[in-house]
Formats: sequence, C-alpha cells, structure tokens
Amino acid sequence: MGVGIEVKDLNAWYGSTHTLRDIHLNIPANHATALIGPSGCGKSTFVRCLNRMHETNPIARVTGTVKIGDLDIYNDVSPVVIRRRIGMVFQRPNPFPTMSIYDNVASGLRLNGFRNRQALDEIVERSLRRAALWDEVKDDLKRKSGASISGGQQQRLCIARTLAVDPEVLLMDEPASALDPISTAKIEDLIFQLKSEYTIVIVTHNMQQAARVAEKTGFFLNGQLVEFDATTKIFTNPSDKRTEDYITGRFG
Amino acid sequence: MSGKLAERDVVNGRESPSASGLAVARPSAARRYLNAQSDSAFSDGFFKTLMLASALTIFVIVLFIFLELAWQSRMAIAHFGISFLYRSAWNPVSEDFGARPFIYGTLVSSLLALLIAVPLSVSTAVFITEMCPIPLRRSLSFLTELLAAIPSVVYGLWALVVLVPLLRTEINPFLMRTLGWTGFFEGPDYGVSMLAAGVILAIMILPIISSITREVMSTVPQSQREAALALGATRWEMIRISVLPNARLGIAGGIILGLGRALGETMAVTMVIGNRPEIARSLLAPGYTMASVLANEFTEATTSLYLSALIEIGLVLFLVTIVVNALARLLIWSVTRGASSRMA
Amino acid sequence: MQQRIQQSGQTWRRWKNHLATGTAVLGALVVVAPLLAIFAYLIYKGASSLNWAFFTKVPKPVGEIGGGMENAIVGSGVLLTVASLIGIPIGIAAGVYLAEFGRKRLLSNLVRFTADVLNGVPSIVVGIAVYSLIVVTQRHFSAFSGGVALGIMMIPTVTRTTEEMLLLVPHAVREAALGLGVPNWRSTVSITLRTASAGIITGCMLAFARVAGETAPLLFTAFGNDDKSLALNQPIAALPLQIFVYAVSPYNDWHRLAWAGSLVLIFLIVVSVSLVRYVTSRGVLKGAS
Repeated sequence: MGVGIEVKDLNAWYGSTHTLRDIHLNIPANHATALIGPSGCGKSTFVRCLNRMHETNPIARVTGTVKIGDLDIYNDVSPVVIRRRIGMVFQRPNPFPTMSIYDNVASGLRLNGFRNRQALDEIVERSLRRAALWDEVKDDLKRKSGASISGGQQQRLCIARTLAVDPEVLLMDEPASALDPISTAKIEDLIFQLKSEYTIVIVTHNMQQAARVAEKTGFFLNGQLVEFDATTKIFTNPSDKRTEDYITGRFG
Repeated sequence: MSGKLAERDVVNGRESPSASGLAVARPSAARRYLNAQSDSAFSDGFFKTLMLASALTIFVIVLFIFLELAWQSRMAIAHFGISFLYRSAWNPVSEDFGARPFIYGTLVSSLLALLIAVPLSVSTAVFITEMCPIPLRRSLSFLTELLAAIPSVVYGLWALVVLVPLLRTEINPFLMRTLGWTGFFEGPDYGVSMLAAGVILAIMILPIISSITREVMSTVPQSQREAALALGATRWEMIRISVLPNARLGIAGGIILGLGRALGETMAVTMVIGNRPEIARSLLAPGYTMASVLANEFTEATTSLYLSALIEIGLVLFLVTIVVNALARLLIWSVTRGASSRMA
Repeated sequence: MQQRIQQSGQTWRRWKNHLATGTAVLGALVVVAPLLAIFAYLIYKGASSLNWAFFTKVPKPVGEIGGGMENAIVGSGVLLTVASLIGIPIGIAAGVYLAEFGRKRLLSNLVRFTADVLNGVPSIVVGIAVYSLIVVTQRHFSAFSGGVALGIMMIPTVTRTTEEMLLLVPHAVREAALGLGVPNWRSTVSITLRTASAGIITGCMLAFARVAGETAPLLFTAFGNDDKSLALNQPIAALPLQIFVYAVSPYNDWHRLAWAGSLVLIFLIVVSVSLVRYVTSRGVLKGAS
C-alpha cells in the first residue's frame, strides 16, 4: 500500500534562485494529489525534491524535512535507496533506447541485481497489463526497442517500468503534456485505477486534468504553496484570492 | 462531475476486467527484494574513484614522460650545458655532441611542409565547405580522413620508391635550372633531401590542417554568410568578408597543430631526408631531424654520454611539441567553445 | 562614363570570384592527387606481391627469394592486444570521468587539455620514455614494452571519443535510470555507456587502427624479431617495423614484401575508418530522442 508524505519547511534553490519557499504539506496515502500553477512556479521542483532528483543538478540545493511514511528521506537514507521506493514518471517519455520493451520494464529490478527469470516474466507481464499496454505489445516484447513504439505507448511503458519495482509513491511530472488527447485519456484512466494502491502526486498545467483525477489539489505560485485543499474546494470555492484568479483564468 | 466519474469506471472495467486481480499482496516479491538491497554508496564511490584515477593517469603519463627524459638526459645537460642547443658537432667517437643540425633540419623541413601545405589545405577546406556539391563533399572529406590515417611508414615507402626518383629525374633539375641562382637549389642532387622530407611532410599534414579548417569554418553561422550575400557580394567576397575572418583563429590553430605533427614526424622523414648531420643552404642536400636521429642512432648508442645526448634531443623535441600543441589547442578551443556557447 | 567604371568593377569582381573558385578546385585536386597516387601504387604493387606465403611464412635469410611476414602479423597481433588491454579501459574510464563526473571543473579541463597534448607528443618520444622505464629495468627489449608504448598512444583518442559520445546521450535517459533507484555505477555502465556503445566502439577501432601503423615507438621497445614469437618478455616483430626495415633495404624481394605489408595495413585502416564513418553518419544513438 501507499504511504503518506509529510513535508516541513522545504526550501530549494537553483544556483542563487530561490525556487521553493517554506513549503508545508501533508499528502495523503492512496490518493491522487494534483499540483497546479503557472510554469516556473516551482511545482516540478517540488516533486523532484520528494525523491531527491532535485539534487542531481550540481547547482541545486535543498533544506527542510520530507517524510515518506516514517522515513526522513533527507536524513535516514541515501538518494538511491529512496528512489527505489518512490517511482517517477517524467514529462517526456524516456524509455531506454537500446533496450527491448521487456528489458525496459525489467530494468529497475535487473539493474539492482534481481536475477529470478520466472519472477521477472510475471512482473513484466503484470506491470504492462496494469499500464494498459500489454495487449498492444505482447507479441514483440523482446523484439521491439522501447524507443520504436508511439509516444503515448512509450509513456505507458515508462509507467510500467516504474510499477515493476512496486513503489510506495508514484510521482508524475506532467506525464501527459507531450501526448495527444487519446493517449492523455489513457494515462488519466491509469492514474484513476492506480490511486487505490499507490500514493500519487501529479504535476499538471492542465486544470481540467487535476479536477478529473485528483482528490486533493495544491496551488503553487512563485515558489510558494498558496493553497492546498480538496480538489472540489479549490475549483469551486478557493479561500485565497490568487487561487481564484488563477483557476478563473485571470492570470498566468 | 460524478456522472463523468461513473462513466470512467465503466470504461476502466471494460478495458482491464482483471484490474483488481492484478493487485498482489503487498509487499510484493519485487518490493521485498529491493528493500533488502543495501545502499550503493560504497560501490558508487569506488566506481567514481576508479574513473578519476584513470583520468589522472593521462596527467601522470605526460608528467612521467617529462621527468623520465629530464632524468635520463642529466649527464648530457651537465656536460654540455646550454651550448648543446647551438653546437654543430656530432661525433660519437670523440663524444662531442651538439643538437644544432637536428634542430635546424627539424625546423626547416617543418616550415617547408607548412609553406606547401597551408595554401593547399586552406583552399581545399574552402572548396569543400563553400563550393563543393554535397555528394562530392562527403567523398572528399572521406578521402582526406583516409589520408590522415595512412601510417607514416607507408608514406615513407611511397616517397622512397616514387617521390624521390621523381624529384631526382624531373623536378630537381628543373628547380636547379630556374632557381639555382638563389642558392637554395644547388647540386649535387641525391634525391633524398630536405626538399623530399618537406614534400612528404606536407602531404602528411594536409589532412590535419584542412579538417580543422573545415571544422572551424562550419562554426561560422549561416546568417553571417547570408548577410554578405544579401548585400550583393560574390561567393568569394562572402568567403573573404564573413567566413575567413571569423575562422581566422581556428585556422591558425589548425596550422600550428599541423606544425606540431610535422616537428615530431619520424619514419617517413627518416626514410627520405638522407640522414646527414650537416647544415646546408641547398634544400636539395641531405639533412637530419631530431626525430630521425633518435630513430637511427638510439639503439646504437654505445656510451652513456651518447645515449644521454640522444635523450636530451628527445627532451627538446618533447618540450617544443608540447608548447606548439598547447598553443594550437588553446586557439582551436577559443573558436569552437565560443561557437558552442553561441548555439546553446 | 560612370556606368562603364561600375561595369568594369563588376567584371573584375566576377573575375576574382572565378579565380578564387578555380584556385580552390585546383587546391583540392592537388590534395587528392597524391592520395590517389599512393593508393593506386599501393594496390598495384601490393596486390601483385601478396600471396599465401606472405601470411604463413617467416622471412628468409638475406638474399634468398620468398618468405613472408607471418612473424610480423602475429607480432602486431600480440602488441595490439597488449595495447588495447591498457589503452581501452583507461581511455574509456577517463572519458566516463570527463562526461559523467566532471563536466565543468578545472580538473576535467586540465585532463582534457593534457589528453589533447599527449595526442600531439611525437610517438618516438613515447618510445624513449617507455624504453627508459621498462626496457632499461628489464635489460632487454620486449613485446610487453612495445604494447605499453602503443597503449599509451591509444588513450587520448579513446578518452575524447568516449567523452563526446557520452555527452550525446540524452539527459532524459540518465534521469530515467536515476529515478529507478539504480546505483550510479550501474546506470553508467548498463545505460549510458550501452546507449553510446556504437560510437565508443568505433572510437576504439580508430585508435586501434592508428597505433597499428605506428613504427617509431616500437624501434626500441618491441625491436623486431625474425622468428614468430608469442612471448611477452621477448623481442617481437611488428608489421610496420618490418615494412620499415624492408623498405630501406636494397633488395627487390624485400621491397615486394614491404608493399604487401603496407597493403594489409592500409586495408585494416580503410575498413575501420569507413566503419567509423558509417556508424557516425547513421546516427550513433539511433532511436534515442
């Protein structure tokens, strides 16, 4: 099952730019939480702080506490360990170009030394089924490269790759922004199914998408978390004037 | 909105009827396995150290070459001092050594090579990048690449069998008749000569200079070319106004790199220069270079002072090529770096 | 009047343009001519001298007709194996360091610079340094010392190509591996290096082809040997060395063998250069976005 995420006093920088300021937030387990806001507001930086991807950029810096369940990810464990427990789907589909579809899905386990072939076969099939890709690729699992399928299929392949390591939290950084409407609908369906078992955090610039898939929504502006509440509340009766301006399209 | 949700659930149900059946007991086998995996900090640190050590090896190699040469030549340095560089004597029997004929031969053969190669390679590069039809461009640049990859010893063999006789029977008599009065082309004509070395070196450094010239010329933005053409410039004016000035530093770098290669070139030169440690005004007379004397005499050096003197020649050659190459790289970097940051 | 001056100016400009074009074409022809001459001559001489004995026989004593270069071919094989075992791992690892761990630091720029400088150090100087380090201490010429000298010369090429090829791997691919919690070393080896492998292999082949033709550093390390030898601590023959010795000899039959040897060397080099070109033109990272 998924676990909740507790964020306290989170601050982040890129070089000298202060990109996140004093973020406090509790993300509930086994729900989908959407993060919205204009581009450059810090929402992507925020999810990248949740699995310590932010610090892979040499000029980036983070302070504050992030707890995944009981685990303080900045103090208790190394980044590699925490990234095994928190899956991430990126804005652009990024399958490994030299690997087959099968190898892509198996990569998270294999590259960590998992060798049981029979178990891998099962995990690959299950992950591809859950990512609603199995029927489209089952005939050329080991024949086709991960880069040779369509963009929408590639993104579902990346989701399957993430599901294969069975993470507790699933971070999605604008997962549908590079896709056509039909592929987008498929990805949204997936999120809808998966959220009963995973804690999902999805960054989106598309407010309708947030309204469709998430129970909770946070609104970011200029590196600050302006408002965090139930999605219906945010979209029907926001308490902050800036949130209201944004969702009614008065700026950004 | 709730109606929409219900509809979606139906869709989900149809698309993957076994959705709930796919859920496995948590923690799954995969998760249990991954949770049991230890942190990779140690192996990652080890890996990084190994890569760093390899990178530093390059550094160490260059340092080692310098120290080894300096140490092994200490006897000659102590014995002859700075005069080693300008004395002309080279007599293994009386153990009297000076590097002047070799330094002279190296410089003259390399400059001769530049004199021949620079105009040709720059005009080839201009032709390939600015004038040539595209299919021909590909095969021409492929040919110049091949020219760069032919081993020195094969060039030497060709020069010995084809070039030297050609010089002796056709070209040198002509040069002696027409330019003999300058003193640079006087007999006797052996064929093997400074001129032969210069010509074969020119052929060998052509591809280097021309490929670097091509590289830096292609970093000149297309907009600059179009700007000149839009003002009504002819193609040559466009090249002279927009391309060559922008690529100037890089071309200079390529030329110096070619010079570096010519200074250290060993086998082909050794085979055609005649190997005589004397300084002659005529380019048709045999000469000797630093690299050739090493190739010819190193294994025959019987006394330790002789060996030490040879190694000192190696040290001089090393230092000269290091300086020349460093200069060339800095020039080329200053052009291509600027270009890549412009593109970024 | 004015118009006429303008016109003559125009004509002169057009003339200069033609002149420049003509010069450039002529230059290109002069450059290509020796290459074609060398190739034509090489194929003509080499092909007529190449026979089965060339690959299967060792040299005959001076003055006797026949014999081959089996010793040199085997020797080059041994030397290049040792060189590759030294040059390729160090070169690739240094390239990995430059591309993955030290993109902007002073140290990496220094290493890059030193690699370029090492590339320009005359091969005969490398030979002397290795001679003083290994041959002098062991008190005899050896295949091992020759291999070390060639290996050192391979490093800069391998390093710079590896770095260039790794930098072509999209950042997204690295992020995907990191996001899965794959150890850093593992993602570098199995993802980044593997994605760039075609380019890196061709870079290694290029370095290999270059040192395959190197003669100068072998003169006083490998030294040469008229018999076939596989021993690392004995003097060993090499194709370019043998070509040199035969080329400067006065015997026709040895010249014949030198041409044949050159043809074999050139064949090896043309194949690898063409392969490099094929792979790089096809796109090293086919499929990577």
